[in-house]
Amino acid sequence: MEAWHPFRILPALDDSNRVFWTSGESGALAIVRCRACGFWIHPPSPICPSCLGRDLTPQPVSGRGTLVSFTVNHQPWIPGFDPPYVIALVELDEQPGLRITSNLVGCAIEKVEIGLPVEILFDEYDGVWIPLFQPTADAFEPGAGEGGGAVGAAADASEEGAP
Amino acid sequence: MTEILERRASITGIGQSAVGRRLGRAGLDLTLDACLAAIADAGLTRHDIDGLATYPGAGIGTAGFAGAGLTEVQDALRLDLDWFAGGHEAPGQLGSVVSACLAVACGLATHVLCFRTVCESSAQGGGGRAGIGGGGRGGFKARDALQWTLPFGAASAANWLALTAQAHFHAYGTRREHLGAIAINARRNAARNPAAVYRDPLTMEDYLAARLISTPFGLYDCDVPVDGSTAIIVSRASACATVAKRPIRVEAVGTAIHGRPSWDQWHDVTSMAAVDAAAMMWDRTDLTPADVDVAELYDGFSFLTLAWLEALGFCGRGESGELVGDGRAIALDGNLPLATGGGQLSAGRLHGYGHLHEAVLQLRGEGGDRQVPGGPEVAVVSAGGGPLAGCMLLTRS
Ligand SMILES: [Zn+2]
Repeated sequence: MEAWHPFRILPALDDSNRVFWTSGESGALAIVRCRACGFWIHPPSPICPSCLGRDLTPQPVSGRGTLVSFTVNHQPWIPGFDPPYVIALVELDEQPGLRITSNLVGCAIEKVEIGLPVEILFDEYDGVWIPLFQPTADAFEPGAGEGGGAVGAAADASEEGAP
Repeated sequence: MTEILERRASITGIGQSAVGRRLGRAGLDLTLDACLAAIADAGLTRHDIDGLATYPGAGIGTAGFAGAGLTEVQDALRLDLDWFAGGHEAPGQLGSVVSACLAVACGLATHVLCFRTVCESSAQGGGGRAGIGGGGRGGFKARDALQWTLPFGAASAANWLALTAQAHFHAYGTRREHLGAIAINARRNAARNPAAVYRDPLTMEDYLAARLISTPFGLYDCDVPVDGSTAIIVSRASACATVAKRPIRVEAVGTAIHGRPSWDQWHDVTSMAAVDAAAMMWDRTDLTPADVDVAELYDGFSFLTLAWLEALGFCGRGESGELVGDGRAIALDGNLPLATGGGQLSAGRLHGYGHLHEAVLQLRGEGGDRQVPGGPEVAVVSAGGGPLAGCMLLTRS
């Protein structure tokens, strides 16, 4: 894969988001999780929306997920971030509705389709580890992605007991 | 059922400034044109105005988005106010009008002047539409909710809603031609509206051949940034004896959001908060979608009209593409006329208030060349996309 390293507007790091944006250095994305009930929380919050627990800690996720939607952006919004590129909405395997907006890389634009199984990789910018996704090695084999599940009308997810 | 308090409110005046591309006039200047027109339309004077409301309030968003703030309008007109509210944390752009309805219903004010002003065309100069936080060189960092999208080049609502639209296409077989029918209908109606910005005919070929913005959206799926201001006067129904025009009744409003207030964390990737706002509105009235004679549904992007059609129950989930079909059903003489003045796609991005203005014109029978035939009696107005959603059901009193 040809290296793609566009100019990116980076997040302003603070105590609430630093782990998310820097955890990629260790090779795995860390997401805040409730110690009491195990619920994953993204974006980070000081309270578990499922059980209202306050004992939360970042934990690494598998980095595997499903492409639940995408768009091929053609409009040059940001100087140095040249179109076309694929904006991806990825649902992580850990929990229904645990979603990240990202970019899909390592995939020809015409092959991008909803339901693709994807895996994480990172691109570093000044200590910020941007989580990106690429199709898994077997993504285009027959049957791949069928279990990805929560796409479309049945995607009602997740936060049992959430407020 | 508890009393539906918004029924104590009526719309008694409407006004609009010049609307156009790069008018080069200050937002306050345009706002005053719209406000004075609305006050005159209602047969009131500025001394009758005791309430003031706006969306989103001063200092919000990218350049030109806020248009004019509440205090500058109050001061320019030297209004003596009993109640006022301006802010963007609201159920969409119409949230400001809903607040005004409640203010008059509760006796906090009698005649509330509501306005929405945009100067996005002048602010963007000769170039294209600026992305949110775009042009981020020079140390600009993404904060708050934008930190989750801007680093990935998802800079605009065009991107965020394209994700919803793409998921809808995948789940329900919706096609670009369905979006195109919305854009073409808007353009056809705009040709009959002298105030519309784009009035030249648009064909499906033109639509499909236009450059892509963010798939499945092309150029004609995105509304037109303009300079312009719209003002609406909300009055207590019991204080309408002296107004000049037939008051338009507020039958019910919808302001609900029963999910995460987020563009990318909404539980159903094919829908938006519109479903909750719409459901709430219908819970507050005995009228049904079958009673609606004209629908001014939000079209900041063509897809949003499809989403509102489904949310409001004009068809089942996923069936909006079939409903718009070849466009005949949504034309001025169709079963459910949409965007009768050209909507934001062709008349200009007046950010929800343009749709409300048009609904009042239609219910009054003042639609001119674009008047829906048969004397429409019930109109629905909706505004917002993603986590922003509000709607109103209006009737000719
Ligand atoms: Zn918990």
